[in-house]
Amino acid sequence: MTRPRFLLTALALLLTGALTFTACQPDRPAADRTPVALAADAGAELYLPEVRGEEIAVITHAPNVPPPITRDYATRVIVEMETVELVKELADGVEYTFWTFDGNAPGPFVRVREGDLVSFTLKNADDSTVPHNIDLHAVTGTGGGAEATLVVPGHAKTMEFRALKPGLYVYHCATAPVGLHVANGMYGLILVEPREGLPAVDKEFYVMQSEFYTAGKFNEKGHQDFDLQKAIDEEPDYVVFNGRVGSMTGENALQASVGETVRLFLGNGGPNLTSSFHVIGEIFDRVYGEGGSVINQTNVQTTGIPAGGSSMVEFKLDVPGRYTLVDHALFRAFNKGAVGILEVTGDENPLIFNEHPTSGELAHNAR
Amino acid sequence: MNRLLALTALLALGAAAALAQPDGMVLVRGGAYQPLYESAGGQEEIPVESFFLAETAVTNAEYLAFVRENPQWRRSRVKPLFADDGYLRHWAGDLDLGSALPDRPVVYVSWFAARAYAEWKGMRLPTTDEWEYAASASEMRPDGREDPEYRRRLLAWYGRRMPDPMPAVGSTPPNYWGVRDLHGLVWEWVGDFTSALITSDSRSNRDRDSKAFCAAGAVGAADFEDYAAFLRFGFRGGLDAHYTVPNLGFRLALDAPNL
Repeated sequence: MTRPRFLLTALALLLTGALTFTACQPDRPAADRTPVALAADAGAELYLPEVRGEEIAVITHAPNVPPPITRDYATRVIVEMETVELVKELADGVEYTFWTFDGNAPGPFVRVREGDLVSFTLKNADDSTVPHNIDLHAVTGTGGGAEATLVVPGHAKTMEFRALKPGLYVYHCATAPVGLHVANGMYGLILVEPREGLPAVDKEFYVMQSEFYTAGKFNEKGHQDFDLQKAIDEEPDYVVFNGRVGSMTGENALQASVGETVRLFLGNGGPNLTSSFHVIGEIFDRVYGEGGSVINQTNVQTTGIPAGGSSMVEFKLDVPGRYTLVDHALFRAFNKGAVGILEVTGDENPLIFNEHPTSGELAHNAR
Repeated sequence: MNRLLALTALLALGAAAALAQPDGMVLVRGGAYQPLYESAGGQEEIPVESFFLAETAVTNAEYLAFVRENPQWRRSRVKPLFADDGYLRHWAGDLDLGSALPDRPVVYVSWFAARAYAEWKGMRLPTTDEWEYAASASEMRPDGREDPEYRRRLLAWYGRRMPDPMPAVGSTPPNYWGVRDLHGLVWEWVGDFTSALITSDSRSNRDRDSKAFCAAGAVGAADFEDYAAFLRFGFRGGLDAHYTVPNLGFRLALDAPNL
C-alpha cells in the first residue's frame, strides 16, 4: 500500500471506530440506573444540599410535561395551585361536577430536583362548595402536607417541604371524605428528578388513570352525580386516562416519530383500581417500577400501577403506526374508556414488522 | 272549683309555652343522637336536650339591622382580630347591601360576628351536637339518615355547584322539626366548632385520647356512609374563628328549659 493510501485507510478506520464507539455510548452511564445489590441502608441517607435562590415552577397540564431541569444545584421552587370545582365533560354529552387542582383532572405536573425546597401554596376558589387540601406523596412530613394546607373556600395556605427522595409521586386531596375528593378528580403527579437528572429522551408524556362512579351507566347523557354505593363496591362506570373518555384519541392522540425514545410518566389516581398498563404493539425497554429510583426490569409487556402510585416506562419506537395505550383489564378498555392512542409516523421497517410479506413459504402457501 | 283550677292551669301552661317560643324559631325536642365521631368518653349515643332553633338562617336584612345599632361591627370598623378582610365583602358598604339581596343568608361573617349578633338578640349559636341532631332529620322523620334516597339527595347537593345568585332563606322544604335549609343553602357556624373531632388531614382522626386512627378512611366514625356529615366535619376542621367564607352563614338557637 502506498503511504497516502495507508494514511487514508488508517484515518478511515479511526473515524469508523470513533463513530461506532460514540454511537454505542448512551447519554448517561447505564450503571447509575440499573438494579444493583442494594445495601441494607439504601435510600436512608438524607440529602440536604444548600438552597440557592428561588424560581417559580413550570407546571403543565396532561399530557404535557415540564422540560427537564438543567440546574445542578438546589433551589427554592415556588408552586401555586388553586382548587376549582367545575362542571366539565367526562365523555361526549356526559357532564360531571369535577373537583380539581387548577381546573383539570388530573391536576398539573410538577417537576423539581432532588434536594429542592418546595414552597407550596394552595388556594381554594371563592365559589367552591367544600374545603380542600393536598397530600403530596413526595413529602416527608405529617399527612404529606394535608394538615398544613386545609383551606375553606376563599382561603389560601402555604407550606414548605424538601424533595428528599427522587421518584415519581402522586398527589391528591385528603379532605374528608377522602374517597369522594379523589373520585371527583383531585389527583396529579410530582416528579422529583434525581440530582444527576434523568437520561435524555425525545418525548415525555404525562398519563394518569382514574375511575369515575356515576349514578347513570357508562355514556348515559346529561349531568351525572357521584354514586357512593358504586364507589364503595368498587364498580366504576368510567375508567379513563387523563380525566375523560377520549382524552388521547382522535385529534388528541399523542404524537411521536420512528426512531424516537418515549418516556411515559404514568400515574393512577384510583380511587380504587390498580392498572395493568400496556401499549399495544410495543414493549417497554425499561421500567422504573412503582415510580421509584432504579430501572428494575427491562423488556416488559404490561406493568402495574397501584392506586395512589405511579410507574415510569421508556421505549424506542421502531415501526410507524397506531399504538394503543390500555389498562389490560380489558373490559375497562372496551367498555369504560381506558384507551389512548400514540400515533407514530415515519418509515416502515419490514425487517421488524411486515404486514404483507411477499416472500417465503408461508406467503406462498397463503395464495 | 277543681275544673276551673285545672282549666286555668292548662291555659297558663299554654300561654307560657306560646310565649316561650320565640318568633321564627321552632322547638327541637331532645333525644339521643349518634354523633359521627365517638365522643371523648367513647359513648356511641349522647343525649341532646330540647332547644329552640331558628327556622332559617340570619339574612342580609337582619344583619344590616344589627350593624346599624352596633357600629363596631360595621365593615369599615371591625377589628381584624374578629373578622378577616373578607368581612361582608358581598355588601357595597357599611350600611349598603348593594347587589346583595335582603332575603339571602348573610355570609362572609366570622364566628365572632355571628356570636355578637346572637348575643344582641338575647340568644346563642347552636352547638355542633344540636345542629347535627336537628340536621339528621329528613322531612318526615327525626332521623332520616337510614333513608338512602335522603342521603343521596344530600350528597348530590354538596357535589353540585352553588347556584348564583344564592337562593333566599326558606327555599327548601321544612324538615321534621320545621327547620329549613340546614342542607342545600350555606354552611353554618356552630358555637363549639373547634371541638370538631377531625384534624385538617381528614384521614387521621386523633381525638383527645390520641387513639391511633388509620389513614385513608374514617376508622372511628360511627357511620362510614354518612358522607354529608364527613363533609361538614371536614369544613369545620378548616375554620378559624375570625374567618369569613363566601358560603358560610349562621342561625340562632336558644335554650328551652323544662321543655
